[in-house]
Formats: sequence, C-alpha cells, structure tokens
Amino acid sequence: MSYPDKYEVVIGLEVHAQLSTESKLFCGDSTAYGAEPNHNISVITLAHPGTLPKLNEKALELAAKMGIACHCEISREMFFDRKNYFYPDLPKGYQITQDRTPICKGGYVPVKLENGEIHHIQLTKIHLEEDAGKSIHTEDAKDSLIDYNRAGMPLIEIVTEPVIHSSAEAARFLYEVRRLVRYLGVSDGNMEEGSFRCDANISLRLKGQKELGCKVEIKNLNSFKNVQRAIDFEIGRQSSMLDNQKEIIQETRNFDPQTGKTSGMRKKETLTDYRYFPDPDLSPVHLSEEWLNTIKADIEHIPWDMERELVEKYGLPEYDAGVICEDRQMTLYFSEVVNHTDNFKAVSNWIMGPVKGYLNDNKREITEFPLSAEKLAGLVRLVDDGGLSFSAASKHLFGPLVLNPEKDVKLLAEELDLIHDHDTLALEQIVSDVLSSHPKEAEQLRNGKKKLVGMFMGELMKRTKGKLNPKEAKELLMKELS
Amino acid sequence: MTFFKLQNELSAGNTSCFEIVSAFIENIRSKQDLNSYVEVFEDSALSRAKEIDKKIEAGTQGKLAGLVVSIKDLLCYDQHHVSGGSKILEGFESQFTSSAVQRLLDEDAIIIGRTNCDEFGMGSSNENSAYGPVKNALDTSRVPGGSSGGAAVSVQQGSCHVAIGSDTGGSVRQPASFCGLYGLKPTYSRISRYGLLAYASSFDTIGLFSKDIESCELVYQTIAGHDPLDSTSANKSVNIAPAEKKAPYKIAILKNAFADEGLQGEVKDHFQASIEKLKNAGNTIEEVDFPLMDYILPTYYILTTAEASSNLSRYDGVRYGYRAPKTKNLESLYKMSRSGGFGDEVKRRIFLGTFVLSASYYDAYYTRAQKARRLIRQATKKMFEDFDFVISPTSATTAFKLGEHASDPLAMYLSDLYTVQASVAGIPAIVIPDGQDKNGLPIGLQVMADDFKEQDLFSFSEYLKHIG
Repeated sequence: MSYPDKYEVVIGLEVHAQLSTESKLFCGDSTAYGAEPNHNISVITLAHPGTLPKLNEKALELAAKMGIACHCEISREMFFDRKNYFYPDLPKGYQITQDRTPICKGGYVPVKLENGEIHHIQLTKIHLEEDAGKSIHTEDAKDSLIDYNRAGMPLIEIVTEPVIHSSAEAARFLYEVRRLVRYLGVSDGNMEEGSFRCDANISLRLKGQKELGCKVEIKNLNSFKNVQRAIDFEIGRQSSMLDNQKEIIQETRNFDPQTGKTSGMRKKETLTDYRYFPDPDLSPVHLSEEWLNTIKADIEHIPWDMERELVEKYGLPEYDAGVICEDRQMTLYFSEVVNHTDNFKAVSNWIMGPVKGYLNDNKREITEFPLSAEKLAGLVRLVDDGGLSFSAASKHLFGPLVLNPEKDVKLLAEELDLIHDHDTLALEQIVSDVLSSHPKEAEQLRNGKKKLVGMFMGELMKRTKGKLNPKEAKELLMKELS
Repeated sequence: MTFFKLQNELSAGNTSCFEIVSAFIENIRSKQDLNSYVEVFEDSALSRAKEIDKKIEAGTQGKLAGLVVSIKDLLCYDQHHVSGGSKILEGFESQFTSSAVQRLLDEDAIIIGRTNCDEFGMGSSNENSAYGPVKNALDTSRVPGGSSGGAAVSVQQGSCHVAIGSDTGGSVRQPASFCGLYGLKPTYSRISRYGLLAYASSFDTIGLFSKDIESCELVYQTIAGHDPLDSTSANKSVNIAPAEKKAPYKIAILKNAFADEGLQGEVKDHFQASIEKLKNAGNTIEEVDFPLMDYILPTYYILTTAEASSNLSRYDGVRYGYRAPKTKNLESLYKMSRSGGFGDEVKRRIFLGTFVLSASYYDAYYTRAQKARRLIRQATKKMFEDFDFVISPTSATTAFKLGEHASDPLAMYLSDLYTVQASVAGIPAIVIPDGQDKNGLPIGLQVMADDFKEQDLFSFSEYLKHIG
C-alpha cells in the first residue's frame, strides 16, 4: 500500500507574478520585456554608490488590488525589509522585500475542482518585492553572463498555506490566480516570459497524521503542466523513499521538463541567514482608508464572480461560463453582445464556436476581433428570425462578414443569397439532420462517393413525405456537405 | 575675505571666479603634504569659473556665483571619480550628480575637488583612508579629526569657502572642533542623501564646514529641502527667515557631560567659561539629568554597523570598482575582492553589523537598540520642551597625535561620546569655534537644537560672536 491510500500529500505554493507597471519597483527603468540585455538599467538598478530606491506607487496599488480581490487583510502601516545575500545577479547585495509587514495578510482563492467542488485555498500573505537579474551560464564559456534588465522588476509573491492536496488542485489554483491577475490587470501572467512562475513546497505524511512531513521545495515551475508533473514526480519519489524507510531531506530541487524528474540543486543544504531588517532607505508606507476605497472602486471584474453571473443571470451552462470567463476581454465581449440580444445561449454558442475558432486560426486576441458586439448580436438575431440556420450562418455568412465587418448582416446574407423562406429553412434543417444522423455516409459522399446521393435523397423524401423540390434538395445537400 | 565681501568684489569686477579658483588651486598645490584632497577637479573647476564669470558680466549668475566648495569623497559628481576613501572603488567614476551638489551647481557654485576622508565615513581621525591620513594644518603631527578630516582641512588651509562633508555620528562636528571651524550637522532628512555614499542610512546627514557662519547658512539654505529621489527626505519646507527665537535663551547642559573621566582639563575649563559667559549675558543655564546617556554609544554602534554591513554589500567586485586578480571562482572573487578592497575599520564594522543582524542575535542587539533609539530620541526631544538648546563640549580632547589611538579602536569609538546623541536622536547640531588650548589647538562648543531648528542654531552662533 502506498500513495494515495497510505500517504497524503501536502502542498504549499509560492507564486511570483510580475506586476504590470511601466517602470521598476524602485526606479524609473522600463519593465518592457525583450529589450537587449542590460538595456533597462540605470545607476539605481546597478546599485551604483550613492543611489537610493524610490517606491513605485503603482506597484502598491496593484498589490493592494490583488489582496482585495483575494479577501486579504490589507496592511495600513508597512515597511520594506532587506534580505541580504550575495549573488552576482543581485546588484545591491540585498533584495528589497516585505518580510515582517506584507501588504496583504490572509485571504483565499476559490478553486473549482473537477468534481465541481469549490475549495477555498487559504493564503498566508501577498507581499511586494523586487526581482533579481538573470545569470546566464553557458556550457562552454569560461565566464558567466549577467543581464540586469530584470533586476528591480516589481513582483508580488502569493504564498498559500500548506492546504493543497493534489497536483490537479495545485494546477487549478495556479490557473485561478493567473486568471485573476489578468482580469485585474495586475500582471500579464505570461508564463513563457517568466512573468508568472511558481515554487512548490511538497511533503508527504501518513494519512491521519497531523504533523507535516519533511518538505522539499521545487523552484521556478513555469507552466501548469510542469507544476503538475513535478508534484506527481515528487509524490512518487517521496512515497517510495518513505516505503523504503529512507529519510527525506529538506532541500531545494530543480525540475527538468525534458525528463519530468526533479533533482537536488546543492549537495549540502545549510540554512541561509538572510539577516532581514527594515530598509532604512525607504520610509514606512501608510495606506489611508480613502486610498483603499479608490482601489476597491477600481476593481470591476473578478473572474469567479463573472462566471457565477453568467450562470445565474444569463442561464449559461457552467461549462460555457467557464470557457467564456477564461479571458476577461472575452467575458466583456459577451457582456456587450448580450446588451443587443436576449438569446444568451446563442451568444455563448457563437463565441465558443466560430469566434474562438477564428481567433485560434488567426492567432488573435478577442480585442482584435473585427466584429463589433452589435454585429455578432445581428447574426444571432438573423438566425432567431428564421432567415437561416446557425449552421449555415456560421459556415457561409460568418467568414464573409469578418472580412467585411462594416456590412449590414442581413444585407450581406441577402447578397450571398443565404436567406430563404421558411420552407427552405425547414428543408435546410432536415438536410442537416439527415447528414448528422449518417455521419459515415456523409463523410464518404464528401470524399466523392457520388452514388450515395441517391440514398440521401431517398432519406429526405421519406422525412418530408415527398414534399420537396428535388433540385433544391440536391443543392442544399451539396452545400451542407461542402 | 568672507564670501559676501567677495561677491561684492566680483560684481565690481575687481576679481574673477577664474582668479579665485586659480588661487585656491595654487593653495592646494603648495599644501599638498596636508593630504586633504584626493583629487583636484582642476579642469572642470576652471572651465566652470570662466562660464560663471561670463554670467556675472551678463548679470545672470546664481546666488552662489563665486563660491568655491570642496566635496567629501563620498559625494557623487557626474563624470568625476568618487571612492569613499576606499580602495574598493578604485578608478570608479560616478555617472550622476548627488542632489546636494546639483543644487550647488544650479546656483553657480564651483566644485574644486574631492576631499580625503575615513573609508566610507568610518573613523574619527581620518587615518582610515586608502589615500593615507590627513594632517591638521595647525599642527601637522596631529589629526584633523574624522571622518570628514579632509573637508575640514580644505577650509582650514584656505582652499575653498565651504566644504561639504557628511556626519553620521560626529564626522563633521568633531573635525570642525579640531580645526577651529563652524561645523553643521542638520536635522536627519533635511538634506537629500541621494548621491551620498551610504554608511548608515538612518543616521547619515550631509554637513557643512566654513570659517564664517553666514556662508554656512547660505549653503545650507540652498541644499536643504525635499528631494523626490530620497524618499526619507523631509517634506517640510525649509525655513530661511531669521530665527524668531532671540536671547535670552534657556540652555541645558547634561550632568553626565562632566562626569566623563577622559574630558581634558582645558576643554572642561573652556566649556565652563562659556557657560559663565552665557550666564553673564542673561541666559538661563540648567543642569539636566539624562539617564539614558550610557546607552547612546552602544545604540549608535549596533545600529550603524548593522546598516553598514548591508549598505556595503554592493561593493562585491562584480559590476564596478576593485576586483581581485586571479580569483578561482565566484566565492574567491567575493572574498578576495572584499578582503583586498576594504580597510580594517570597515571590515571590523561589517563583522559587527553582520553579527548583530544574524538570526540568533537579532533580537538581543538590533531590536533592543532600535527600542533604545526611540527612547533616546523621545528623551532628547523632551528636553526641548523646556530648553532652546543643549550645549556640550564637542570632543573630550583637542586634536590628538597621528597614530595615538590607532591600536585602540574602542578608545576611538568613545571619542564620539558627545556627538552621537544628536545623530541617534536625528536632531540638528552645530559646532562653534570656542578658543584654544595652551598648544594653540582649537576647541569647539557643540549646540544641539530641536528638529528643523537650524535657523536658531545660526542665530545663536551669531549671538555668541557678539557676547564674546
């Protein structure tokens, strides 16, 4: 007997999100991604003698926003601490962070599990800190290279309590946090560019045991999938060690996405003494009630609230709401479209189907989508009015409309000769039904097996009890197939 | 000639900035053995002098036109070297100008050079400099005090009108006393620290030396005030109006001040004579007990070394300054660069600071020292509810011999006894020349006032001249 019957896994996550500010946390250097190495570096970033930090208030605002959205207690009085250690990518020899007085304390993030259950993942804190530069070690070169562009970038670190009990739950938590930072405009949440990354603390204990087992920390996990893989690997590694009475040592491990394995980073793990103390170069920060209220007022959309609204107010299935609310702009687009039509489910179908398909194919964001909310509502109305079927509209009208987004929906449909009287429309529906009830034959016909036309015509005759124009029926059949 | 007389001469066309700067450069050259300067900015000073002469001719000059200032080797001046008196910044050139220096330049002052100092401001004799000790111009066998020893001597020797120094625990006031000058340490936060190499951030202040109180006041008013680049700088506007407070004054002296065994007889006598003088002039003088006196020095050394140990971490040989040759790996690069780049006193304070911040001792030292600091500040400020000033000797002795305390760092630390209180409390203090001992060595009177009462210190300095 081993995991999951014998052991329980306990996971705590530390998520780093780079804040969407124009400039760094303590100086005016740009935060733009992709600049040439050592381009966004002033004397302050490089810690030249005599320089002093100056707090970027926008960062404070974004951190507070995140805390409010996560129901944290927001500190009214706080200061920054220095975390002292030597490393070449740390210019001052210390990192400015918040050790004793994090801006946000407590709070939680609601996470919906696969079985539909909602867990409130408790947060320990959210604090502000600056990022370090990047050391680049190439295998052949004698020297290491350092890029200080990232040094001083503003981060929030979101720390959970050790309350996560599966890799899926961990991945889902990350998904929710990433979605939230993007909704709030707190961070772009870009994992590929490293502006959203995660450390996982993982330990195992016997089921029913209260004390936590010895934890292992895995650094810099940069995708949902890798978080899940790394945790699963650790569960396997630790449970087999425990099964074999081997001692698990507290250490920091690296995850290799190639092999899917974790490995120890250092042989000897000595506890580093960071000598935290309040940074005397920065004045304590006081947040007023008034200031917090303006931040609160500025929070418009929280994803899980939006998701619930889509279900409760618009009657969408939970699945639809989840898909639409993945992206804040998509949710906003939905909200705009439903201002122009009451057929909410149809709007959802349009968005989840043709719209998303178009965006994926063209690698575009919803904000770049050519059709205005009103135009999409126009499509919904046209179908509702019975001028043409959803299937025909999505196949034959959507494409041309996207290319000519200025055109009137109905006029374009008429130009394209897509509007039919109700009989045609009914026939269209029948053709579509017949095809979908014989998918195999439809596929063969599509691939050129012409003699199947007769079979389908026979089916149509049967369904309409002979009341149909064979020529029109054949045309519709071929059109649906194309 | 005072700066004010000089400005009249300049306006009248009787002299020029170029002539003044040239004469000062000549002075420095002829007194090189004092070792007060690390570098003379001959080219930039002379070319600025010419520019400002043109402005004077056109009548467009700033209010400090003609003023020549030396800056301590801890202040940044764009495209000029700065080294903090340390080998670890060997060859380093600053890429920006400190806010205080910028404000001087904006009013057309001329920066003549950077002055020698104890490494990163750590010392009381100016013997801890990578560039060798500075000598007191009145007796070259003696120290000028520290850490702004070079700054003090630069004024003392007559090579500039005003010297910009820095004062963390007495580094302007003690050398001012040893060299017979006015020395101002303003309220903490009053002058921007941006561009001042940090020793202990919550204590460091930029301070001034001059022979006359007027030019000290003028320069203070020019460089004081809020600076967005230093978030710890005070937002309060700078008072430039003449002090409202006039004699007779209510003055406190600390009982414990006389109890110090090390207090030199003549210094004590002078101080007592000053008290008599003030009493005779109608001022009230009272002895006040300050029970926290014994905690001031330990508090000061715990907190300043803690901050220094972190402030000096940036000097690691990676990005700029001295890097030891022939290092094998990262660890040896750090160890050899820092071991070879820092002097003994700096190392001693880094060790001490690292120790008091370490996890096992943090609460016993750092936390308690922070608490003690709060109490000392409260008790000090409380005195100003009843008194205008607190006066004391500046230093227990007059300038001592070079090498006299070199082997006893603790004795050197104790020599800060009188000056550290204002630093721990964050209040302003001024040193006023107050006679000489039998060897002709200057003695300074220290006057402390409440936060932001610099104007009262200036007017008290004037007042003392008149009751002499």
